[in-house]
Amino acid sequence: MATKERKVPALVDKPMDFCPGCGHGVVSRLIMEALEELDQLDNIIFPIGVGCSSNLGAGLECDRLHCCHGRAGAVATGMKRVNPDVLVVSYQGDGDAYNIGIAETFNAAYRNEDITVIVINNTNFGMTGGQMSLTTMEGQKTSTSVHGRDCSITGYPIRFPEMVAREFPGAAYAARGTVTSPAQINKLKQYIKNALEAQMNHEGYSIVEVLSPCPVNWGMTPIKAMERIEKELIPYYPIGEFKKRGENQK
Amino acid sequence: MKVETKPARCKECGLCKANCPKGAISFSEHTNAAGYHPAVINDELCIACGICYTVCPDGVFHVLGKEA
Ligand SMILES: Cc1ncc(C[n+]2csc(CCOP(=O)(O)OP(=O)(O)O)c2C)c(N)n1
Ligand code: SF4
Ligand code: SF4
Ligand code: SF4
Ligand SMILES: [Mg+2]
Repeated sequence: MATKERKVPALVDKPMDFCPGCGHGVVSRLIMEALEELDQLDNIIFPIGVGCSSNLGAGLECDRLHCCHGRAGAVATGMKRVNPDVLVVSYQGDGDAYNIGIAETFNAAYRNEDITVIVINNTNFGMTGGQMSLTTMEGQKTSTSVHGRDCSITGYPIRFPEMVAREFPGAAYAARGTVTSPAQINKLKQYIKNALEAQMNHEGYSIVEVLSPCPVNWGMTPIKAMERIEKELIPYYPIGEFKKRGENQK
Repeated sequence: MKVETKPARCKECGLCKANCPKGAISFSEHTNAAGYHPAVINDELCIACGICYTVCPDGVFHVLGKEA
């Protein structure tokens, strides 16, 4: 029986300091696999956010810039405008992209910058010990919502890719995936590829959010954390493509 | 051997073991330098499906692949 070789792309084949079972490791590999399959490994720069995403600063072997917290949307804009043929892929957490950097994230999408944004949504500020973020679920206990998030005083968890798809007619692609099973991981890789291809064809802004486990701050085993995503997160944060390629106004 | 591993990188998260369709993965009695018991594959049971590669967050697996 013939079997296919599966090997971590060399540019991301380094030990990283993520906790056991963290979703960041899978997503960073998938991005590199997608770039490899699109023959773009030598045509990429990553503006990297602050958070556990910052591990990519040490973990990647390609052009990358560790941005000030939340500002990757603005940095990506500059990178892309001076190098329109280079793929610019920001890699950010939910806290970085949606709390601290919501102005930059929103405005880059609003201007329809020709960039790809990857947001690792683990429903908290993972790196700093699990504080509440804009994506924390209603009732979720975090170190800054010790009785559970009370949405009557904090507002409700944000669904940014849906907003992009609905409100920004020029945006090329918006999707949400997850890493809970081999099937979901394969689907997510296809979403990432679609976003990269949209950028390669200068179709406009693309975003892929990933529901990602943070077992340590959720106080769960890696396997329970995957179950939490399936049972609690997906009903609120649906998986799918909210805007497909070719559906945007040019 | 169908799948090569890098035991030094394993963090014993258990995701490969939970997803392997053949029950081919167990954990070593020994620990790696980081203190984890690394995943070990029983080559007899393994069908080289690559699922462990797909789910592992830490790049432990290399499915060698072969021609028919
Ligand atoms: C200007 C500034 N404010 C605050 C911090 C502290 N800080 C570091 S990471 C982080 C949150 C990261 O959360 P997220 O983007 O969700 O990433 P995660 O670690 O969850 O992947 C914060 C607030 C900082 N480094 N710089
Ligand atoms: S704190 Fe959470 S997001 Fe950060 S490395 Fe650990 S599991 Fe991953
Ligand atoms: S390749 Fe498939 S059968 Fe072999 S250990 Fe990995 S998951 Fe199990
Ligand atoms: S998925 Fe990877 S890190 Fe987790 S137990 Fe298996 S080999 Fe180790
Ligand atoms: Mg986070």
